[in-house]
Amino acid sequence: MRTLRFLLQKEFIQIFRNKSILPIILVMPMVQLLLLSFAVDYEIKNIKLIFVDQDHSHFSALLQSQFTGSDYFIISGQTGQTQEAKNAIERGTCDLVVIVPPGFEQNLFRGGRADVQLIMNAIDGTKAGLSSSYATGIIRNYTKTLIENYRMRSNMGIAPQYKQIEANYSFWYNPELNYKVYMVPGILVLLVTMIGAFLSSMNIVREKELGTIEQINVTPIKKHHFIIGKTLPFWFIGMFEFAFGLLLARLVFDIPMVGSLYVLFSFAGVFLMVVLGLGLLISTITETQQQAMFISWFFLVIFILLGGLFTAIENMPAWAQYITKLNPVSYFIEVNRMILLKGAGFMDIAVHFAVISGFALAINALAIFRYKKVS
Amino acid sequence: MPDNSIVVDRLSKKFGEFTAVNEISFETKKGEIFGFLGANGAGKSTAMKMLCGLLTPTSGKATVAGYDIASQSERVKRRIGYMSQKFSLYQDLTAIENIRFYAGIYGMADKDIKQQSDRLMQRLNLVDYANVKIEALPLGWKQKLAFSVAVFHRPEIVFLDEPTGGVDPVTRRDFWEMITQTAAEGTTIFVTTHYMDEAEYCDRISIMVDGKIEALGTPEQLKTNFAVSTIDEVFICLARPDANKTN
Amino acid sequence: MKKFRAFVKKEFYHITRDWRTLIILLGMPIIQIMLFGFAITNEIKDAKIAILDLARDEHSTVLIDKILANDYFKLEAYLTHSREIEPVFRKGKVKEVIIFEPGFGARLEKEHSANIQIIADASDPNTATMLLNYTQAIIGNYQAEQNELQHLPFSIGIHSEMFYNNELKGVYLFVPGLIAIILMLVSAMMTSISITKEKELGTMEILLATPMKPAVIIIAKVIPYLILSFINAVIILLLGFFVFHVPVHGSLLLLLLEMILFILTVLSLGIFISTATSSQQVALMASLMGLMLPTILLSGFLFPVENMPLPLQLISNMVPAKWFIIIIKGIMLKGVGLAIVWKETLILVGFMAFFILLSVKKFKPRLA
Repeated sequence: MRTLRFLLQKEFIQIFRNKSILPIILVMPMVQLLLLSFAVDYEIKNIKLIFVDQDHSHFSALLQSQFTGSDYFIISGQTGQTQEAKNAIERGTCDLVVIVPPGFEQNLFRGGRADVQLIMNAIDGTKAGLSSSYATGIIRNYTKTLIENYRMRSNMGIAPQYKQIEANYSFWYNPELNYKVYMVPGILVLLVTMIGAFLSSMNIVREKELGTIEQINVTPIKKHHFIIGKTLPFWFIGMFEFAFGLLLARLVFDIPMVGSLYVLFSFAGVFLMVVLGLGLLISTITETQQQAMFISWFFLVIFILLGGLFTAIENMPAWAQYITKLNPVSYFIEVNRMILLKGAGFMDIAVHFAVISGFALAINALAIFRYKKVS
Repeated sequence: MPDNSIVVDRLSKKFGEFTAVNEISFETKKGEIFGFLGANGAGKSTAMKMLCGLLTPTSGKATVAGYDIASQSERVKRRIGYMSQKFSLYQDLTAIENIRFYAGIYGMADKDIKQQSDRLMQRLNLVDYANVKIEALPLGWKQKLAFSVAVFHRPEIVFLDEPTGGVDPVTRRDFWEMITQTAAEGTTIFVTTHYMDEAEYCDRISIMVDGKIEALGTPEQLKTNFAVSTIDEVFICLARPDANKTN
Repeated sequence: MKKFRAFVKKEFYHITRDWRTLIILLGMPIIQIMLFGFAITNEIKDAKIAILDLARDEHSTVLIDKILANDYFKLEAYLTHSREIEPVFRKGKVKEVIIFEPGFGARLEKEHSANIQIIADASDPNTATMLLNYTQAIIGNYQAEQNELQHLPFSIGIHSEMFYNNELKGVYLFVPGLIAIILMLVSAMMTSISITKEKELGTMEILLATPMKPAVIIIAKVIPYLILSFINAVIILLLGFFVFHVPVHGSLLLLLLEMILFILTVLSLGIFISTATSSQQVALMASLMGLMLPTILLSGFLFPVENMPLPLQLISNMVPAKWFIIIIKGIMLKGVGLAIVWKETLILVGFMAFFILLSVKKFKPRLA
């Protein structure tokens, strides 16, 4: 235990003395948490629209006013030429083109059927799909209103035998569909994970590169003391950042905290052990900081992109979902949300807790095993 | 056993096909200054690392402070000090922080650490530099500090791997004074060096060539055996047998 | 020139001798592109839902069958009481609960109006809205089927044309983004590290003491990484083409040149980081912590930049990857030429010049 005290003392002095790394560890993540949380918004709005009216009739103008009145679209240009509108898509200044061909009004009232053409930039498939359904909805509503007006005038009224299913809906846990509620805790998890993994993975290998590890290895220090001494300081830093970030999330974004914070912090504690253990393991199997950094970068990109924060895990193919079962970040993101937003208790996250504890034990045991004082 | 602090018996280390250390055998006595000489790449550092428990031997046997280096390396580590070729104190810590850290790891009592480190700081004239990170200290001071740290926990044997590389002659002399004093207090000194004048300060020396010990004895004995007047010449005779021809 | 070649060779040895780094450098981007190309998608599939059918009549049963016949949904639990809704959400698996009121079918037949309650787990708002839209569409279709085809006086036909990505594939968006991210991090990190490493180990002083100009030393250090990054980019491009069928509609030559330009920009950022930091640790933390999330989030890779609040849109202009993604999306998917992307290209050139200038400024006092 005494040895541990000296190890901890030394690590803390080294961290807090390093004036250039402190801001990176402490300030940068919080700035990113505050800034980047505004970036993550899936809601599609401000779709850039060009309305090509080649009919110039009363009813085409009426249709145009339906589009300009919608919150989803902003008119980004004015042209009567289809080709010009297509060029705008190519330049990226336009997402959606609505073309009302000549004879629209005539066809509609004489033949009972007219056509409208939509052209959209579909590189972002999700956005294109949504734009298309918004536009279709507007055109449908427009038709419906026309039909209703027509029936009123011809005194037909709505047929009484028309069956209607009312689909009422409610959004639980986040009734205003506030994306920040969903994203901020997740981004916080990512930041804490990055700090923990990078700091720990570079730590031992740095001593290897500078040669100080040799001096440590000729001392009678116990392997597990050494590993714990290398882990604990970063564990404290990680926990501190998690707590501080949560406080910021509460104050700035008003993130709800429904469930027990004790459960959340216990989980965070075990989670950090996994991340730090992984970092140490990387540190023990590499020779240079360059290698260590690259391997931890590799894992972190996977952890982040397959963590279920930016794209839902359920949408992934089955094999990728199995991979996410090995991803500690996905557990933490889920637990975070379950506790903060849904008020899940310990029993609800017991399985997650068991799995992450298993990871923590396995990876730290492996790190201790892999760290060799004698080669 | 009480007399011999290091006993080495046909110790070998192979890296794949390459034999770095080839069946070396020697003993050192308690309180002796043992100079471990050899050209670059002769296998000195490898041999030293095996004795310190940093490398496992391929074959042969050795005991350090009475413990087997292969099976009891952690016990060995409790009784030795080590100063590596590469300066290996923490550059971003102060002198006193480095001392305290290593003393703590060797399990010294807080009171002892406090008293002895204060005394050491005075002896090294470092009191005024108590709050300076050691990266800012001159190399010679750092080397003296590194040596002091290596013997701070009063080990039975201290291993010094080229401790005076790059140090000016005055500091080198100071350094050797510290070594002789430590030896006088009963600690065995196991030192490698490239400076042949330093070899003269040793009680006994061995010279390694291509993984083997080719000469072993007091400096006087070796000079007599090779019929030359300096250790330098002994070294050249052994390390570069063709040197005479080319000259 | 001979000296320069020798120098570049030395750098290459550094990289290739260290086979672990080499495998990592070339292998990891491949694994990542394969993994993410398949796994990152926003299309809803097999979302777990629960159903609480308090009616259990013909209408509710048929409608439930229709909902579950869809690829979007998968039945996770069949509830019997409204008490069970809360726990099933709290467990976290179920994303939506559909509740049929008691006497659903009877009311629909007699009163021509019946109720369904949909509750979505909006802790993930994106999935919640999408699921709700799908469910409502299915219910709407069922309602339409129930009403005999009425004669409509007129209708408007809608013809949609999806440009560039007919099947609305997610990979079209992600492959260009991944190229940018991988190049960004590989090049910036590797250079900043390899230069600070020489500084930290003191070998930089030795190099600076040689008669070679510092600029030449830096260029020689960077060339191997340029080549490696370029190989990486080409591999990713080939994988995108052959595995994910992401086309290259525009000029391949232009695409490759733009890639080199981006790599150079990022390399100069790496050089700048290394001149501004003194230890590998700081260089690493700065380039990883400073670049990783901002590049992923602000480059338009996952989230459209135009959706962001204005201040953030302005900040995103400082992310080189954003401009590069616009360029390669344009060349690969839209088939445009320099006439369209010259502005973004110039911006990248500007970034490169800026970083180089800053590095030179920072570097000078060290030589004095």
